[in-house]
Amino acid sequence: MTAKATTSATWEQDVLQAEGPVLVDFWAAWCGPCRMVAPILDEIQADNPDKITVLKLNVDENPDLAMKYQITSIPAMKVFNKGQVQTTIIGAKPKYAIEQDLAAYLA
Amino acid sequence: MRQVIIIGSGPAGFTAAIYAARANLEPLVVASSVEVGGELMNTTDVENFPGFPDGIQGPELMEKMQKQAERFGAEVLYDDVVELDLAGAVKTVKLGSGAVHEASSVIFATGSAYRKLGLPGEERLSGRGVSWCATCDGFFFRERTIAVVGGGDSAMEEATFLTRFASKVYVIHRKDSLRASKIMQERAFANEKIEFVWNTQVVDILGEDAVTGVLLRSTVDGSTRELPLEGLFVAIGNDPRTHLVHGKLELTPEGTIWVHGRSSRTSEPGVFAAGDVVDPTYRQAVTAAGSGTVAALDAEHFLAALEQSGEPQVAEAIEIATETPSRATDQAETGVPAA
Repeated sequence: MTAKATTSATWEQDVLQAEGPVLVDFWAAWCGPCRMVAPILDEIQADNPDKITVLKLNVDENPDLAMKYQITSIPAMKVFNKGQVQTTIIGAKPKYAIEQDLAAYLA
Repeated sequence: MRQVIIIGSGPAGFTAAIYAARANLEPLVVASSVEVGGELMNTTDVENFPGFPDGIQGPELMEKMQKQAERFGAEVLYDDVVELDLAGAVKTVKLGSGAVHEASSVIFATGSAYRKLGLPGEERLSGRGVSWCATCDGFFFRERTIAVVGGGDSAMEEATFLTRFASKVYVIHRKDSLRASKIMQERAFANEKIEFVWNTQVVDILGEDAVTGVLLRSTVDGSTRELPLEGLFVAIGNDPRTHLVHGKLELTPEGTIWVHGRSSRTSEPGVFAAGDVVDPTYRQAVTAAGSGTVAALDAEHFLAALEQSGEPQVAEAIEIATETPSRATDQAETGVPAA
């Protein structure tokens, strides 16, 4: 299971109304570091299919959400729980470092 | 045990890998987990790499270099080195995953890292308006007022690139002239959205959750003033990434890894260094690639001698003993440490 895409149209049900924690990866095709993080997030999703849902949001195609959540640097990863942002991770990091940041959800 | 492990995946690391792979050394490239391709991954148009008359995108160039290395048998690992043991005949490289690899030789090509301003608000506001990567983050500053700190090529490149998005780009520089190349300077001077703020230092970054401005101090009369901004891009240079070899390899006064003359041989036999990590001066993709070539050829030579004599450590040690006293002269003669 790899990370699926979400959009402005499906945001409400995919993210805000979701039951468990949802990690949203704000990314863009022109962002080199985003390309490095994408496979790591896929792995984290594959390793933890029941604990967290990983979704990808393309900021080029969904600038309204990038602006709403005040994204100024990507990759930016935000964990939403019950519609609220609980954790923000900014910048590409190795897998173990992202897992540390997400420890509360992956335990 | 491997013949050679290459640490780093910029132009120096991948060029070393191409040469080492073509010499049938089956190199292992530890490419890092998130910075594969190095600094060029954060650039757009590369216009000065020979062979690409129309220019090439930085990430595409690095992808091509990697493919070229893999074509000849280089193995690329997406992991980070956490610990090195470089002394003796068997070098060990410990990775973030916990894996340990051994080799007879190591090529160290870890490049350099962005220099920070060293201001209190910098970490807190990093990714919240403070950025080191215009191509990554410029998109989010449409119709905003932002500033670039620095006076070199990368500062000019970032400022010019950022005018695609921002309504206004200040370039804050502590001197009254730039060290950037003529062509980059002229592009920036000709750009109506760019305004230069000369003889000025950033002494504080303002804002709680997002950048709201900077506090500036004149280097001429010491007067201070606030400049309202929504983004601050830092391009004040790079520092060689040597933390893994502190106390293991000799460094130069500039902080780069010391190498014998024009070679890539470090103070440790069997350990070679290439690219920005040995070069405080030129720091170009092409010079780094050339430097990677030198390292691969030096490693090849070292391994051949190793195979022939079985006892290269002794010969190598004598050579170092005779060369050590002349280090100061080496540098004085060439003007710069060998790149």
